[in-house]
Amino acid sequence: MIVAEDLEQTYMSGGRPLTVLADIDLEVESHGFVAIVGPSGSGKTTLLGLLAGLDRPTTGRVWLDGEELGPMSEDERARLRAEKVGFVFQTFQLIPTLTALENVLVPVELNPGRTGDGVHAVERARELLARVGLAERAHHYPAQLSGGEQQRVALARAFANDPKILFADEPTGNLDAETGHAVIDLLVALNTEARTTLVLVTHDQELAQRAHHIVRLAGGRLVSDGPAGVP
Amino acid sequence: MRLPFVLAMALRESRSSWRRLGFYAGSITLGVAALVAINAFRADVNSTIHRASRALLGADLELHTRYGFPESVRAVLDSASGAGTPVSFVTRFSSMALAERSGLTRLVQVRAVAGAYPYYGDIVTDPPGLWPRLGIDRIALADPAVLVELDAHIGDTLRLGQASFVVAGVITSVPGDVGLGAAIRPRIYIPEAHLVETELLQFGSFAWYQAYLQLTGADEAEGFIAAHETLLDSAQVGTTTAGEREEDLSRGLDNFARFLSLIGLSALLLGGIGIASGVHVFVKRKLETVAVLRCLGATQRTVFGVYLLQALVMGFLGAAAGVALGLGVQASLPALLADFLPLEVTPALHLGPILTGLAVGVWVAVIFGLLPLLTIRDVTPLEALRRPFDGPKPRRDVVRFAVYGALAVSVVGLSLSQAPRWQAGLAFAVAIAVTAAVLWLVAWSLTRATRRFFPRRAPYVLRQGIANLFRPHNQTVTVTLTVGFGVFVLGAVHLVERNLLDQLAIDARPDRPNFVVFDIQQDQREGVKELIEERGYTVSELTPIVPARVAGVNGRTVEDLLADTTDARPARWALRREYRHTYRDTLTSSEELVEGKWWDELDEERSGEEAPERVARISVEEGVATELQVTVGDHITWNVQGVLLETQITSLREVNWARFEPNFFVIFEPGVLDDAPQIFVTLTRVEDETRRAELQRDLVRRYANISALDLSLVQDTIDTLLGKITLAVRFMALFSIAAGMIVLVGAIATSRFQRVRESVLLKTLGGRARQVTQVLATEYLALGTLAGLTGTLLAAIAGWALMVFFFELTFRLPIVPLLGLAAAAAVVTLLVGLLTSRDVARRAPLAVLREMAE
Repeated sequence: MIVAEDLEQTYMSGGRPLTVLADIDLEVESHGFVAIVGPSGSGKTTLLGLLAGLDRPTTGRVWLDGEELGPMSEDERARLRAEKVGFVFQTFQLIPTLTALENVLVPVELNPGRTGDGVHAVERARELLARVGLAERAHHYPAQLSGGEQQRVALARAFANDPKILFADEPTGNLDAETGHAVIDLLVALNTEARTTLVLVTHDQELAQRAHHIVRLAGGRLVSDGPAGVP
Repeated sequence: MRLPFVLAMALRESRSSWRRLGFYAGSITLGVAALVAINAFRADVNSTIHRASRALLGADLELHTRYGFPESVRAVLDSASGAGTPVSFVTRFSSMALAERSGLTRLVQVRAVAGAYPYYGDIVTDPPGLWPRLGIDRIALADPAVLVELDAHIGDTLRLGQASFVVAGVITSVPGDVGLGAAIRPRIYIPEAHLVETELLQFGSFAWYQAYLQLTGADEAEGFIAAHETLLDSAQVGTTTAGEREEDLSRGLDNFARFLSLIGLSALLLGGIGIASGVHVFVKRKLETVAVLRCLGATQRTVFGVYLLQALVMGFLGAAAGVALGLGVQASLPALLADFLPLEVTPALHLGPILTGLAVGVWVAVIFGLLPLLTIRDVTPLEALRRPFDGPKPRRDVVRFAVYGALAVSVVGLSLSQAPRWQAGLAFAVAIAVTAAVLWLVAWSLTRATRRFFPRRAPYVLRQGIANLFRPHNQTVTVTLTVGFGVFVLGAVHLVERNLLDQLAIDARPDRPNFVVFDIQQDQREGVKELIEERGYTVSELTPIVPARVAGVNGRTVEDLLADTTDARPARWALRREYRHTYRDTLTSSEELVEGKWWDELDEERSGEEAPERVARISVEEGVATELQVTVGDHITWNVQGVLLETQITSLREVNWARFEPNFFVIFEPGVLDDAPQIFVTLTRVEDETRRAELQRDLVRRYANISALDLSLVQDTIDTLLGKITLAVRFMALFSIAAGMIVLVGAIATSRFQRVRESVLLKTLGGRARQVTQVLATEYLALGTLAGLTGTLLAAIAGWALMVFFFELTFRLPIVPLLGLAAAAAVVTLLVGLLTSRDVARRAPLAVLREMAE
């Protein structure tokens, strides 16, 4: 589903090149669940950004569901994300001016062909909200929801366009342990139901253990890549 | 671009931001209101003038001359009259009017009417219906001002020269006459049949003789002119058709209205700056949302469309509010400008100005909002994961430069469309651009300079306040631009007004004359002198005046020159006007020789030589010399009451016309005109106003033809005229000031979020409310002072340029009022700043922290 080949990412910082990621080769199978782990500053989020086509690598290539991202324009990659990718962020990133329901609707409305007409889209968004236990909160604004509720809306949004791949960046980072667990349970359940490929960035070892596969980063380099349960 | 998504998203987004967006939209409301009001008023005036075209002239054709209609022209008019064309005559001249009962006198404009004039439009009187009686009874109808100033009432007797008239009523409206004219020189209408009895029209009197013809329309008027062109030209009789009168009036008023609309335009452009700063802050707060939308698969165009649409709707709403307000103001303009209008103007609804106002408002909102909106394109989806320190780096691509270009073209285009002349429009656009550029540069330098030379040892609040000037998300540029621009407009208007008033103020030093007596006939000289001296006043030497006309220049006759259609010939007015020459052997204190030599120097050079046969020598004022295209050594032939006199120019003079002295275009050397028929003028100084009135009355009682003028009256007239113009200009400038205030409040309010965050942190860490206020005060005072001083400096430059290049007068810089203006700007900025952010210092940290979390 995802193939990365010889990825390197270098930024200019204070006039000097700073390599934040190097020599990354990676393959994620369809319907798989991969956790990218590593300490702060190890390049986890950078790698996620490159795999999702949010940024271009300095060198190397990435394929997403068989399509190579490199030659694509910004807009083509946006189309690809709209059709195939879902996101969950550490800071939830709900749009503050939209209600919970409208937030869930955004990916559907951006990709109207896939999910049918407007009525159907709203129905599906309501179903998703119900699935994450927030049917009653559909018309609440993000500011009126707790952190856990916001992240659940974000989960509903992430699955709204039936993505093939879901990227989650520290989805429990801003939540207390109990809420975090609940959110992860929900994420894993939805992932299983929708048979989505899940790429999760975390520094929570316990959470990583729930993945099928763990990629460990340190100092921008891959230190291990193997099934969960292997340290 | 996904249009349904763009629409839905823009709608949802604006739900929460309508209050903030509404505020930005308000920035352009006043500018649009000013433009709509003035343009709708222009349309009102033009349509009123067009509808009442014939009433403005009172006839289809007017013939006019300064010298009385010669027999040849009279014959033409008689035969037209014989053929059934109604013809009327009006003679206009200035004279003293004396109220028998009160004994007061006043210089008035006498209009002696014969015939059924006006043929179109009505002269309205009070009591009504008196106008037709003017041809039958021996009555006078006067402007109300005449009666007020002479302390006379209806039924009183007024003396004009040797004749007396009973004032039967007052004139309340004369179509085609501008109200201001009546205020300056109030009118008295009398029947022409009794004009001779007044004995006022003597030699040298300045009068206009007019004949009014009622024809079938414009074609017949043109036909009449064409048929008699040669005769009228040679008799120096001018013509005005109803159409020409309409055009003259429209053009004059239109020019004035366009100048006012330029001032209104500055309000709109100021609003544009408000929009730009508003959108800038708005976009900054939306960057995260933009990044998320990009992450979720929205293309650059789609996201850009969401916000562009909001700017568009905001512009439309702001402009629509402006149109509504403008229509309200339109209704008040006729009253404000009544004194400049030849007719009563009733406000009507004009679609043109409304649509233009809407379009211009939306365009300004979009074009000014576009630059900050372009930033949206530079937001990468990655920013949803990781926020960069100082926002996206603006891309310097073709689109950005195209927007810069469109902005420049828009400003120039708008200026050109509103300005009376393209030069004025261009100058206005350049002035606006330079002002904006300089203010931006100053603001930028301030952020650089405060960072570089940061006062590290200053007290804490001072350091914080100054640091606010250059910190990320600072408001230095916006506030400096807004305040500086407002000060610039105010300052420039004030400077021009002040300089005009100063220069048109008649020299009022205690030793200067303040009373002038003119139209003194040769045989009245001694009597007038005695009468004045008897009362203990000093009389200046009586200055002789000899009326003459140009007969030829350097051997070419006036007729020949006038027939010349090339641009090379002298100005028409300079060739056709009646000159009033004098002769003397010295220069006065208001004159300076700029070329050639004065008589005595020439005589000295010639002394010893045998006096050759030579032509009379004259000295010409440099301005009129330019108009006549002559210089030292050239010859002018004069027609002095039928006698041709050849002269040679031996010097050019610069004359200070503002000095209250008899000044002349042409001065003859003594000895040439001494025996020509002439009249005299003299000056004196009478301290007391009552004494001046008494002297005036006594002079008029003894010599009815003589006119006397009180200097204070002239000054009053100038002040009235300038006062009316300034009022209109200030009214329009008010829009700029108000727009500036809105933009300023908006600018400060938009950065409030940032300030709240900082001051809450400060308070959480133990800062007191007073310290927070002091930090803010330091920042606003610094910004206000800098913007005020820069705006003032720019206003001084603009004022100088306007005075020197546009009015062609000298410029004086009134330092104190300007510093006052700069100080006021600083204080206003400080107050607005503190008032707008007063809750920042006052509120409890927890409440604000919660609000921020939302």
